[in-house]
Amino acid sequence: MKMPKEKLISYLINLVGIVVLFLLFVALFQSGVLGSRTNYVKGIFTTACYTIVLVASLNLLVGILGEFSLGHAGFMSVGAYASAIFTNALAGKGLSDLALFVLALIIGGVAAGIAGLLVGIPALRLRGDYLAIVTVAFAEIIRVAFCNFAITGGGRTISGITKLSNFYWCFWVMVICVTIMYMFVRSRFGRTVKAIREDYIAAAASGINVTFYKVLTFTISAFFAGIGGAMYAHYMTAMIPTNFNFNYSAELLTEVIIGGTGSFTGSIIGAAFLSSLPELMRQFSNYRMLAYSIVLVIVMIFRPGGIFGSWEFSLVRVLKKAKNGELFAKKNKGGAENE
Amino acid sequence: MSDTAKEPVLKAQHLSIVFGSLRAVDDFSLEIGESELVGLIGPNGAGKTTVFNMLTGVYQPTEGAYFLCGKKMNGKKAHQVVAAGVARTFQNIRLFKKMTVIENVKVAMNMHMSYSILASIFRTPKYWKEEAEMDAKAMELLKIVHLADKADYVAENLPYGQQRRLEIARALATGMKVLLLDEPAAGMNPTETAELLDIINVIREKFKISVLLIEHDMSLVMKICERIQVIDYGITIACGTPEEIANNPRVIEAYLGKDEEEVLC
Repeated sequence: MKMPKEKLISYLINLVGIVVLFLLFVALFQSGVLGSRTNYVKGIFTTACYTIVLVASLNLLVGILGEFSLGHAGFMSVGAYASAIFTNALAGKGLSDLALFVLALIIGGVAAGIAGLLVGIPALRLRGDYLAIVTVAFAEIIRVAFCNFAITGGGRTISGITKLSNFYWCFWVMVICVTIMYMFVRSRFGRTVKAIREDYIAAAASGINVTFYKVLTFTISAFFAGIGGAMYAHYMTAMIPTNFNFNYSAELLTEVIIGGTGSFTGSIIGAAFLSSLPELMRQFSNYRMLAYSIVLVIVMIFRPGGIFGSWEFSLVRVLKKAKNGELFAKKNKGGAENE
Repeated sequence: MSDTAKEPVLKAQHLSIVFGSLRAVDDFSLEIGESELVGLIGPNGAGKTTVFNMLTGVYQPTEGAYFLCGKKMNGKKAHQVVAAGVARTFQNIRLFKKMTVIENVKVAMNMHMSYSILASIFRTPKYWKEEAEMDAKAMELLKIVHLADKADYVAENLPYGQQRRLEIARALATGMKVLLLDEPAAGMNPTETAELLDIINVIREKFKISVLLIEHDMSLVMKICERIQVIDYGITIACGTPEEIANNPRVIEAYLGKDEEEVLC
């Protein structure tokens, strides 16, 4: 059976929307409007790109599977270190930058995915708070291990990683990653995982292998966290294991919850906003965690499901409304991945 | 399935389960033939739901064995038992509350779908074909339980009686041979109960399935069950046709004796 025509059209519209957004960014940076700050703003946007991938992958766990992970920075660090070691070994061996970058991302993703699988199989017998504790423990173990292995720099800064992440590449990696996750959620797999979130006993009684799907989701989530980590490593070019501490995991979780659990739109806007906020208000950066917690408390009181709840932005819907003249001051931002 | 003349669809032999020092169910035996409807009754706390949990792989029986079409099912996990052909509903409704009615049904069809993760990411023709097929099938099942017009409602917004019917549709979607209904009429008014009765009759006719029914509504049990088994404190105290059960002195003593009028109505 062919793809239904309206779906095809909506995919095409979204693709056009993304390309237009991308061209806007290109124009912004190439025109020199920002003057001497161009590279600075580009850097912030690159940060936003990998943060979006990290937050979206965590949302897969928190929003779709309904389990808390407080150790996402652990998976990220596995991806970051694996890819950094890989590119350091292969740098200057005749591979083009793009090929090296793509390979590094894949290596980072696969390494983190394997870590997710290994942690997931025993840990996912637990639920709720207990699982959250295990994920914290995992991230701490990873961090301490990386502090002691020679290959990871042994607690010292691992530096001189080839700078491969640039905004243009990271933008497309982000788009692809979020689209893949979105497609996963809108399929029988996502439906099954949501069913497990709603009621795992009823899910098992509907013939669903609960453990399998939980481990699968956990692995996929870790895979994308690894890709995010790889982008991070090749953007920062230097890192120490303490970068991936509990605070970072908690920050990612905060971004998921503020954006909206179960909403990729929320993840995208939440991550983009919250990752650029500290840069924009650098002089107050010490108060960042304070501001986060205040925002979190306010969100929990007034919008327990997060700012976007499980609502998804749809470019097609907006266009339809615009055509019918019902559009009232709707901002057309981040039209990345919606049917 | 073919040798139905001899082999019962579901057979339980001397099932017992012990929790600590409590023998919740003792020496429970049962046979259900093809298309048969058997009632399982007993006072509160008699162990009826525990029997269900053993037959669906939620609990593993301490002693005894049970068979589906001659195949031993002991040691199988809940989802494997469903795949083999035993589906159930729950006493306290367990729907996927935040999902739509049709999604609830399609979740139970997951094991009959085969497209891969890559197919879902690239939205291959196989993805569209299977999803469309399952949509059609799910709508058919929803029609049987009179919920076709509610397909896009969020499950938790349905009234109580409809939630029970949706649970039956979800169980049907697994494509089972034996359906275990745990108090399907609980909390329903007489009209809803009558409607439920119709639905049970329709699905038995249409899908040729066997049904094991736990129910407290005696008029319903007496009306539709071909055989009834009574348990009390985990022990089977009587087996037989509805008439035999209604007149069995042990049953009246253990269960119906307190309120004989209810038996007769």
